[in-house]
Amino acid sequence: MSAAETTTAKVPPTRRDPQPGAGSKEPGKPGKKRGTGGGAAVPWALLAPCLLVLALVLGYPLVRLVTLSFQKFGQPQLWGFQAAESVGLDNFTNVLGDAEFWRVVVRTILFAASAVVLTMVIGMLVALLLQRVSGWVKTLINVALVASWGMPIVVAITIFKWMFDSDYGVLNWLLSQLPGVDVTGHNWFISSTQGLAVIMVLVVWGAVPFVVITLSAGLTQVPKELEEAARLDGAGSWGVFRHVTLPILKPIVVMLATLSVIWDMGVFPQVFVMRGGHPEPEYQLLTTYSYDKAFVVNDYSQGSAIALLTVLLLLGVIAVYMRQMLKIGDVE
Amino acid sequence: MAASTAVAPVATRGKSPRRKTKLGWNLLGLLVFVTAGFPVYWMLNTAFKPAKDAIDPNPHLFPTHFTLDNFRRALQIGDFWGAIGRSLTVSVVVVVIGIAVGLLAALAISRFAFRGRKIVIVGILAVQMVPLVAMIIPVFLLLNDLGQYDKLSGLIITYLTFILPFTVWTLRGFIVNVPKELEEAAMVDGCTRTGAFIRVVFPLLAPGMVATSVYGFIQAWNEYLYALMLMSQNHQTATVWLSSFTTQHGTEYAPMMAGSTMMAVPIVILFLLVQRKMAAGLTAGAVKG
Repeated sequence: MSAAETTTAKVPPTRRDPQPGAGSKEPGKPGKKRGTGGGAAVPWALLAPCLLVLALVLGYPLVRLVTLSFQKFGQPQLWGFQAAESVGLDNFTNVLGDAEFWRVVVRTILFAASAVVLTMVIGMLVALLLQRVSGWVKTLINVALVASWGMPIVVAITIFKWMFDSDYGVLNWLLSQLPGVDVTGHNWFISSTQGLAVIMVLVVWGAVPFVVITLSAGLTQVPKELEEAARLDGAGSWGVFRHVTLPILKPIVVMLATLSVIWDMGVFPQVFVMRGGHPEPEYQLLTTYSYDKAFVVNDYSQGSAIALLTVLLLLGVIAVYMRQMLKIGDVE
Repeated sequence: MAASTAVAPVATRGKSPRRKTKLGWNLLGLLVFVTAGFPVYWMLNTAFKPAKDAIDPNPHLFPTHFTLDNFRRALQIGDFWGAIGRSLTVSVVVVVIGIAVGLLAALAISRFAFRGRKIVIVGILAVQMVPLVAMIIPVFLLLNDLGQYDKLSGLIITYLTFILPFTVWTLRGFIVNVPKELEEAAMVDGCTRTGAFIRVVFPLLAPGMVATSVYGFIQAWNEYLYALMLMSQNHQTATVWLSSFTTQHGTEYAPMMAGSTMMAVPIVILFLLVQRKMAAGLTAGAVKG
């Protein structure tokens, strides 16, 4: 930053003083003479505070996460009674050799995949529906979507807990009104399949609005002429969607799907709060499992190993997303 | 609505099939509206009905009695105003730091071509992808070492992990939407680059910055995991406060819904104000690309 400040003499100092250095890059030769060094100094000076903060709040913990997962670190090490010692790959072999871990991995992937597919399909259907309804219905739907989107997650969880309450939950009552159905007093959380399904409904309910609103914005950019031309050529609604609309929306769809994968793999408070802070073994997802290992069993290093494996699992997905984002970043 | 179907075929013969499909879509749309809005409605409905009506096995879908008792009860549980105050402090400070630092970085990656730009972009995006839960263990140990455990300042530091990358990325979207030519024109007219930025770009960027701030504020306000892990019972924030309704004796659902309403309504209103702007910023360039 200080390097850039030396070039700012002619402008009144503001909080954004590093920028003026850029002025010297464009108009005059003198700036050019400082060449790549001077030109590159400005953006880096602008970036410096951000990178510094990120290095502190993210970089350090990330490094610590990696080192922890190669150490033995429990209660005694936390209190400083014992030094943390390196144990090589022990934590990983322990985790990977545990059948429980693999059950959690499979459960997490199934959960996230179903939630993402549901979110994307419902989101796309609602976005397409929004194009066909009257203005006032559109407004109503938008209000409901934005209200559920803006709901704090913890509040949403609380509401769902209440709606699915076994004795006084409105859902049991509503379902029991259907002919032939009686679920009065039914506890949805006795079976983890049903319980996780409820949690998935909650996740999807919270995630659909973002998808709908983003896709709707995208749909307005699909040229009407293209769709009409396809229709004239004899394409049905599905054909138009499949061959005209979807390809144009593809970048958005990829972005939304990847974001959804990341979010749904990271589901934590939904399970944690729904199960009153102590998820049963059949409810554990990778996130809660890692948390449990670290803070319930007080084995911070195994918890870190699991967290690290989760991050690695996500990296594949992120790679796809990253390419998409870079493409977007380039078109400016 | 039933009336319009009955009339339509008689009045305009030719248009009737189209009207019918429109009606079908509208009915489907109303179904979506009811499904999406029901949880919110049920929160409000429970919050304003007498607590004993909330535990009626035959719930009333529409309110019959209206009461504010649940809100009174909610305010007595835990340290409501303290929790709100702490949430406010943390969220505001995080946003102010995030915007100040994030704007500079966003400028760098959206207005300058420099070596390493791509790496920076990838880096900022990548850290945004790291699940918070994965970070909780080292963050907990870090704050423990720094003596920042159970302190608002410690919580602020940790919130920057997700607010800062988000701020940089969205501000980038807004800056990109301001045509470069405007700046260039100002510079031709004799402005310095900083001058051009402050006089031309900054005013155009202001709405985007407001939207980003509000959105960041909401994210910080809603955070649950770090607040739960890093703050003791005495220093809990609003999201964690919401769990004080559940005790060994069960859950007081009606006051809990009143508490939820108090937490959600201001946030949803803020959100309504900025979401359109945000959607634009978040997807800047996504379609045209």
